[in-house]
Amino acid sequence: MNTMASAAMTAPAVKGRHIGAVILDVRNISLAFGGVKALTDISFDVREHEVRAIIGPNGAGKTSMLNCINGVYTPQQGTISFRGKTFNHMNSRQVAEMGVARTFQSLALFKGMSVLDNIMTGRNLRMKTNLFQQAIRWGAAEREEAAHRESVERIIDFLEIQPFRKTPVGRLPYGLQKRVDLGRALAMEPKVLLLDEPMAGMNVEEKQDMCRFVLDVNDEFGTTIVLIEHDMSVVMDISDRVVVLDYGKKIGDGTPDAVRANPDVIAAYLGTSH
Amino acid sequence: MQTTFPRLLLDHAKARPDAPALREKEYGIWQTLSWRQLAGLVKQIANGLAAAGLQRGEHIVVIGENRPRLYASMLAAQSLGAVPVPLYQDAAATEFVFPIVNAEVAFAIVEDQEQVDKLLEIRPQCPGLRSVWYDDPRGLRNYSEPGLAPLDALLDITAADVFDTEVAKADPNDVAAMFFTSGTTGNPKGVVHSHFTLLDRAQAGARFDKLTSAEEVLAYLPPAWIGQNIFSYAQWLACGYVVNCPESAATASIDLKEVGPTYYFAPPRIFEALLTNVTIRMEDASAIKKWLYKHCMDVARRVGPKVLDGHTVGLFDRVQYFLGNLLIYGPLRNTLGFSRVRVAYTAGEAIGPDLFTFYRSIGINLKQLYGSTETAVFVCLQPDNQVKADTVGVPIEGVEIKVDDNGELLVRSNGLLKGYYKNEAATREVLTADGWYRTGDAGYLDATGHLKIIDRAKDVGRLSSGDMFAPKYIENKLKFFPYIKEAVAFGDKRDTVCAFINIDFEAVGNWAERRNLPYAGYTDLAGKPEVRALIADCVSKVNADLAADEKLAGGQISRFLVLHKELDADDGELTRTRKVRRGAIGEKYQVLVDALYAGKREQFIETAMKFEDGRSGSVSATLQIADVPVNPVLKRAA
Repeated sequence: MNTMASAAMTAPAVKGRHIGAVILDVRNISLAFGGVKALTDISFDVREHEVRAIIGPNGAGKTSMLNCINGVYTPQQGTISFRGKTFNHMNSRQVAEMGVARTFQSLALFKGMSVLDNIMTGRNLRMKTNLFQQAIRWGAAEREEAAHRESVERIIDFLEIQPFRKTPVGRLPYGLQKRVDLGRALAMEPKVLLLDEPMAGMNVEEKQDMCRFVLDVNDEFGTTIVLIEHDMSVVMDISDRVVVLDYGKKIGDGTPDAVRANPDVIAAYLGTSH
Repeated sequence: MQTTFPRLLLDHAKARPDAPALREKEYGIWQTLSWRQLAGLVKQIANGLAAAGLQRGEHIVVIGENRPRLYASMLAAQSLGAVPVPLYQDAAATEFVFPIVNAEVAFAIVEDQEQVDKLLEIRPQCPGLRSVWYDDPRGLRNYSEPGLAPLDALLDITAADVFDTEVAKADPNDVAAMFFTSGTTGNPKGVVHSHFTLLDRAQAGARFDKLTSAEEVLAYLPPAWIGQNIFSYAQWLACGYVVNCPESAATASIDLKEVGPTYYFAPPRIFEALLTNVTIRMEDASAIKKWLYKHCMDVARRVGPKVLDGHTVGLFDRVQYFLGNLLIYGPLRNTLGFSRVRVAYTAGEAIGPDLFTFYRSIGINLKQLYGSTETAVFVCLQPDNQVKADTVGVPIEGVEIKVDDNGELLVRSNGLLKGYYKNEAATREVLTADGWYRTGDAGYLDATGHLKIIDRAKDVGRLSSGDMFAPKYIENKLKFFPYIKEAVAFGDKRDTVCAFINIDFEAVGNWAERRNLPYAGYTDLAGKPEVRALIADCVSKVNADLAADEKLAGGQISRFLVLHKELDADDGELTRTRKVRRGAIGEKYQVLVDALYAGKREQFIETAMKFEDGRSGSVSATLQIADVPVNPVLKRAA
């Protein structure tokens, strides 16, 4: 497959799509673990349908930021509002119910389960029938499973992983496991998708594939995407706006070109002479 | 019986409206299209195309995998008297330019974004290309190029119903389709076929093997290849059987198992890949299973072909074969997806005798056929019970064969091409005034009336000693070893025969792992002295074989080298159907050829190559050259 050409063709199209109002607003977030300040007074917003990247060197607090949005950590200060509603204490389930899905830096898949079943777990939130009904798989439960299976199949088709439908995830190469991880997040039909280093540890070809899928998700479903990434070239190619963190502080925010020209960002990445 | 493709479609829709015509696996489920639904779809597309301005006799390009809506599009074009031109979906964009310009194509129906991108890329070179419709809209929503629209838009047009009147106008001798031959040299040539030429051969082939409407076929090879087109289009409409389209190219083997085709067609490389897979998996099996497999396969090799050919077999052997069938052959056929195969064909390249016998020995009725794009495939077929590994069968009904003074094979039948499109000179070269087609193959009919093909007539050369040199014959013998993927033999007008070898990465890689031989990628593995020794062993065996053949004994291989990169169609070293382009390779690797003949021990080479994603790079290596002992020519002395 000619991934390069299609990625190149998609990029200008993405720029033309409509970017909406602010969907996720992060205000003055501070997070500390005892004496260690992971995040200090971070503010930024995410607009609907955009691809928003959070970058920074190792230990900059990127994953902590994502965990705050995701409800895994509760920040000591600051607010996070989603579609204008502000929440102070949230757990992961509430966040998921609001339509925020995520993938993980270190994969958190069920290795012994098939690709299909793994993605099916992403539908869990949308299942209405109870455990007992599902166990005997009759009537409403059966109809429901068929409906969910259909949407899972659409995701499998979308991510082009049909050959591995029945393969246990543990037997797949890393790049494909990442794709399954993305598939499971998509199964939630999220409004906002948080991607924690989706390209980490991949070879060039896998990265290009992943870039294309991220852009396709954004394009096809209009999903807002917040992604953490290490690889600058990837970020600059696919994101609309970029937040730069360093030692838990925000040092830059803006379009890829603006961020690239920012002296603080250059200093953080390349170091400066004193 | 003279008819046209659209009329056959309407006949089926009338006689068996609810019988399945096409199946496609989508979202994990086989979705069926009945003959009536298909006829309705074809009618809609045809009316849409007519409204868009597609004229009788005009060409329309169809690019994509085997997809029901692309099949319907071809039928729709034919209904209007237009000529569908299927092109290879994996070809590079620039390869589309010649056919589109040559055939003055204004309309194209393609599968997806990948093909659309390619057409948009070459649009400046193809000013005549007005409209492109795509089947799968994924990723194309924001494209706003003029003339680009989804296939659904064509269906929505409220157009005048011209379908029935247009279908009625068609004459069986009208042009039905054009196939561009891959062409080892120069521009591809458009082979023009009429409804009659294609259907006459399709029906003759169907009668030969008693095909019925109950057959199941899996369509997974490029529809631009006439082989696939005949099996899943011409014969499909002639017989009215079911064609199944796999979910994607990558799932073909899974889908094969699910469908369980009764009529199957594949080039030898597919059968080879399947067997390599089985062999590798068997080597990882437990000792008991290995023993059982080996024992049963020994029995199968001895007894299987006889059973399949209907010969009498001793009681003890029969019992052994029965048990083997229960324990190994049956489950193996099932795993391969061949449980229900009644007739399987292989063509396109020579098939190794071991490979051929393997499939026949486990009870798969695998046969060979001989034909080409120009002859609408069916020239010679092997009849059931009369199958030999080194011949390609008997001429079937309606085919005459003769061999001219130079040893070239000539064919006459109803299925011959009408000509090459806009290429009078090339047409005159292959079609004689009295209606014979020059195949360009050197071969002869043996004592039992079976055809034996040696090589391309123009490739058969002479060594400076005057001995016959049949490069393809030698290369095929080499390729029959699982470790050798491709081979290129040189020797015309030279003193000795030398060869380039491409190792099979999977098979040799597995072999190396078993010997705890570490390697870092293809180039490294190909350069290992152990691998060279392995290949030298294969080459000596080929030499021993050649020495036994009176005609070809002089053409034994004296030196060879293992190439550092895989020969690839993207680098212009193979054709799209994976045949080696001997001339192009000889020029590209001139230094290596010179080194072989200059008696050097090693040679440095750097080669530019194209990656799958279109980027370019280069690989370099110092290749060692190996000498192989040549057997004395025994028979000559006698």
